[in-house]
Amino acid sequence: MLSFILRRTLWAIPTLIVVSFISFLIIQLPPGDYATAYAAELRNGGDYITEAQEEAIRTQLGLNDPVLLQYGRWIGNILFHGDFGQSFHWNAPVSDLIWDRLALTLLLSTLSLVFTWIIAIPIGVYSAQRQYSFLDYLFTVFGFLGKGIPDFLLALVLMWISFIWLNLDVGGLMSPQFEGQPLTWAKFVNILSHIWIPIVVLATGGAAGLIRVMRANMLDELGKPYVETAYAQGLSERQVVWRYPVRVALNPFISTVGWALPALFSGDVITAVVLNLPTTGPLLLQALKMQDMYLAGSFILILSVFTVIGTLISDILLAWSDPRIRYA
Amino acid sequence: MTPKTNTAQLPKDVLLDLQDVKVSFETREGTVTAVNGVSYKVRPGEVLGIVGESGSGKSVTVRAIMRLLAKNAIEGPKGSIRFNPNGDQTYDLHELSRDNRQIRALRGNRIGMIFQEPMTALSPVHSIGSQISRTVMLHRKSTKAEARARARDLLERVQLPNPDLMLDRFPHQLSGGMRQRAMIALALACDPSLLIADEPTTALDVTTEAQILELLKSLQAELGMAIIFITHNFGVVADIADRVAVMYLGQIVETGDVDDIFYAPKHPYTQALLQSIPRLGQKKVRRLKTIRGSVPDPYHIPSGCPFHNRCDHADAALCTQERPPLRGFDNGQEARCHFAGQLPEASL
Repeated sequence: MLSFILRRTLWAIPTLIVVSFISFLIIQLPPGDYATAYAAELRNGGDYITEAQEEAIRTQLGLNDPVLLQYGRWIGNILFHGDFGQSFHWNAPVSDLIWDRLALTLLLSTLSLVFTWIIAIPIGVYSAQRQYSFLDYLFTVFGFLGKGIPDFLLALVLMWISFIWLNLDVGGLMSPQFEGQPLTWAKFVNILSHIWIPIVVLATGGAAGLIRVMRANMLDELGKPYVETAYAQGLSERQVVWRYPVRVALNPFISTVGWALPALFSGDVITAVVLNLPTTGPLLLQALKMQDMYLAGSFILILSVFTVIGTLISDILLAWSDPRIRYA
Repeated sequence: MTPKTNTAQLPKDVLLDLQDVKVSFETREGTVTAVNGVSYKVRPGEVLGIVGESGSGKSVTVRAIMRLLAKNAIEGPKGSIRFNPNGDQTYDLHELSRDNRQIRALRGNRIGMIFQEPMTALSPVHSIGSQISRTVMLHRKSTKAEARARARDLLERVQLPNPDLMLDRFPHQLSGGMRQRAMIALALACDPSLLIADEPTTALDVTTEAQILELLKSLQAELGMAIIFITHNFGVVADIADRVAVMYLGQIVETGDVDDIFYAPKHPYTQALLQSIPRLGQKKVRRLKTIRGSVPDPYHIPSGCPFHNRCDHADAALCTQERPPLRGFDNGQEARCHFAGQLPEASL
């Protein structure tokens, strides 16, 4: 087991080097650079800026240097100084911008993941055990609805409902008067009254899909001979189902748990924009639009690190839960 | 755990008594009667071989005993399955539902079961040791350490090499024969008085099959449990069984001691089956006989004697109309044929 983890960890290093280089290249690919975008923004605002001034900005930011040199400078600073560079657009260190939002993003993603599993696993198991029963059909209908409704629409509907009927102020993570205040009980309650909407929105979409996966896996597993063997030992139906087939049917959940990390870090941008959440998604979107390359590059790098770590976590969990993988 | 009061106590020398067991399945295409009035007895310590083609209802019958029928199964209104595990307390299993507490206390405890597919019949995510000790702990209320010691004992008893190592092995690390040995250890976890073996050697190669049969025989001699041994292989039956029941389309067509069945079969189906098996020392000139036609589809079971359309001796008037009664003989042999005892001796 230990050598398995070590091997996987070592493999992560070359992967990350390649990924970071490619992501840096991709950001450079579109025509123009930050200087172009910045000049265009100024001109749109009515300011006058000469070609020479634009060129001066470009030189000052080091955008004329060869790509390899720029990459080397950027990655070197990250590795040796923990410095992700400066965001041109925000005129602030990239790390400040990202880490602020990261904590909230991780909290939100963890909560919605837990919520997704709490909904999806029992319903999936029940649906498989009582296939074609009334409740199975009901859950199936709700599952497809949940899968079919776009997240941002659900977010809008929930915001409207809680605004009109529940009289809550919605959007954002907390009411404006708590912004920047130290954490008190009132603030905590206020955050809770806001955070349920994004969690419900993120969890329904995910749960709807996972219910189908869990149901299909369980249907496969319930028909296997080892389940009958378990019954033949005198275990009750509940003991059999939860100790045997569920253990096996959970594999796809475990093998994708790691992806939740990057998915919730970058994904659900639209939901986050609609709900005005200070998570990382909207920031990345903007950085890409502005060709704010150190910000965007660092983002994608962190994303890749998360993906690699997430996959590693999944692999380790899977090996821990399923001996067939551990000894393969 | 008191048995139902209206269950007649079985005599001490009867372990299991099936009377008129009937099981059908509701399917989209109609109702299929898989078991149509099966009755048999198992005495303590005896090996009953049940032989039949696929679809003859042999597996469904033992699943009715275990109360592990599929959820769309319908059982006949009559019928009883009486089980007398210790000689002094009779349960009518027919009355018990699938998840009933009484049957759960018997399963894995007084009745052990071995399945056909050793490759898939053990949980892939639990070690051999933990699967066995879970059963021991469930029925014997023993501690984890005691159960593990018991599991180790059992693995040694089924002659797995290195039982201490095997405890922590997982099924995918074992060969087919080793898995079937582990499966037997699991079925014997609580010293059952009845072991049901549902085609335990069908999925194994011939050499391994012989070893597993040898093991089952020696365990039976040592522990004294009764075995219901289901197979479609007459050779295996000859090797292990004391008595044989031959099934065809959900009915038992003939029962008797193993020698009587092999040397003096009374039912045309049994005769035809035995004639279709090659034997050592047989004269080479004779072609191996086959049974005419094929097994009728289960939605359209022939009227009268279900075997009449494939039988060489069938009488057009009698056999197509009337279901034959069970005819008994002095040696205990029984055959469900109008002409049992009057047929010419089969040349075997």
